[in-house]
Amino acid sequence: MVIKTKYPPELIKKLEDMARQLRIDVVEMTHCRGQGHPGGSLSPAEIMSVLFFHHLRLDPKKPQWENRDRFILSKGHACAILYAALARIGFMPFEDLKTWGCIGSYLQGHPDRRKTPGVEMTTGCLGHGINIGAGLCLSAQLKGLDYRTYVLLGDGELQTGILWEGAMLTAKYKLSRLIAIVDCNGVQLDGTTEEIMSLEPLKSKWESFGWAVLDINGHSVPELLEALDKARASSGKPTVIIAHTVKGKGVSFMEGKAAWHGRAINDEEYQQAMEELKENV
Amino acid sequence: MFDLDNTRQIFGETLAEYGVKNKKIVVLAADVSSSVMTTFFAKKNPERFFNVGIAEAGMIDTAVGFALGGFIPFTNTFAALFLRATEQIRTCVAYANTNVKIVGSFAGLSDAKDGATHHSIMDIAIMRAMPNMTVIVPSDSIEVKKMIPLIAEHEGPVYIRISRAEMPIIFDENHKMEIGKGVVMRDGNDVTIIANGHLLSRSLEAADQLNSRGIKARVVNLHTVKPVDKPLLMKCARETGAVVTAEEHSIIGGLGSAVAETLVGEIPVPIKMVGVADTFTESAKDLDPLLDKYGMSVEDIVRAAQQAMKQK
Repeated sequence: MVIKTKYPPELIKKLEDMARQLRIDVVEMTHCRGQGHPGGSLSPAEIMSVLFFHHLRLDPKKPQWENRDRFILSKGHACAILYAALARIGFMPFEDLKTWGCIGSYLQGHPDRRKTPGVEMTTGCLGHGINIGAGLCLSAQLKGLDYRTYVLLGDGELQTGILWEGAMLTAKYKLSRLIAIVDCNGVQLDGTTEEIMSLEPLKSKWESFGWAVLDINGHSVPELLEALDKARASSGKPTVIIAHTVKGKGVSFMEGKAAWHGRAINDEEYQQAMEELKENV
Repeated sequence: MFDLDNTRQIFGETLAEYGVKNKKIVVLAADVSSSVMTTFFAKKNPERFFNVGIAEAGMIDTAVGFALGGFIPFTNTFAALFLRATEQIRTCVAYANTNVKIVGSFAGLSDAKDGATHHSIMDIAIMRAMPNMTVIVPSDSIEVKKMIPLIAEHEGPVYIRISRAEMPIIFDENHKMEIGKGVVMRDGNDVTIIANGHLLSRSLEAADQLNSRGIKARVVNLHTVKPVDKPLLMKCARETGAVVTAEEHSIIGGLGSAVAETLVGEIPVPIKMVGVADTFTESAKDLDPLLDKYGMSVEDIVRAAQQAMKQK
């Protein structure tokens, strides 16, 4: 299917290729470490590719640049793909990824802002991203800076009460420079979000909290590019992009399965996963 | 004995004035700003005052965002209600080591009338157990006033208690304070009484009573529970051989525990702890009778000192 888009085909191709590359990195890292959260790290590959390799205003040479865009991985368990993206844009040497989770490594089992360059905030316990992002946006306003704050949420994470405290606060202060993206893969640790604690109607929930809502296919690079540009141009209210994705996307035996929320990848599974992912590069 | 003054008002006025000078200060409130008196700050610095509603956990995380954005956020609600935000404080303030100041107002039993739901008898235990956290319990309004700039200019997480009740005035404007340094209030070599908050004035009264019975008690104001002033505690234990701790908190995990943990492996002298026994409290019209009923009377401190001395 050909999607009509204003974005150049070379850009789309580059970002799609990077998404596949990040998936390969996630599988490599999870296999190497013998632990991790492959399902929820594979689902946001296009989101991470578009953000880190096109959309975000970042300079790895100036990690403390005051007016850089902020990215908070609120679903901290997906750190494998964050570390891979940070390494590939130059925040750290790529070969260090294999130290992830080892004693003495600066790559913790969940993101640690004090240890890892490019990690804006320590996360791992769910629900924190929106309020922290709101504090960053209010700081930018007081300082007269125009950076945006991007918060990547899991859909299971939307079951936390604190997240909605943040949703109210962000709307109250009209923080249009806060952009939330829900990696809406429909599956959490214990099962589907539908059976554990239904989130629907999700779009109208956010709307009723005062947010602009964009509902897109989270695996479509053109849709992500367009949604992020729209969100960046928003004024008067914050934007949430509900990005529909598939948990474990790209590895057939992981797709849509809660069992792959937090599981190691054995040698045989690794071979199969790599064959499938490399076929597409 | 001592004159009283309105501690929470002095806190509110001090923070407001300091905020005029230091533009990095932002104040976050969770609906109770008129009770804890951050309204003074809101009037003087409206652009840096944020009321997040009844959302204590969200308030902490929003403050974390301000700290990441280069500001010095003061979060403020009732001490008992900060327990709702314990995970946020652990993960996003203590572990992430963000420059967030947590002001637990209506601390201890000082909101006497409102009862056990509003009394905080375990806040020190919880905050103290968090790495990177500094924990302060001022012993009068002068200490509150002097502590505000000190904690603002200290880089890192701080928890400070503010009393709802009027506090006895112990110090004057010349009082010198330093985070982490205890203050010897009265000399004596028979026993050391270590106290803070409302229990400091009571400990000074207890020392007077002991003195009239021929016992010379040393009294130490330990306004900083963490980091604890280990050299001072060791010196007192060595020189007096017996210790009493007195605090407006459960005897589990507070000042008494901090003192005992410090001394047990070094100079294991007898220690008696005055505080709330492992029980919930109740409503009362005023703080003083409540402190008396729950084991924190002047007589309780005197008795503890005598018992500790006997065990030398």
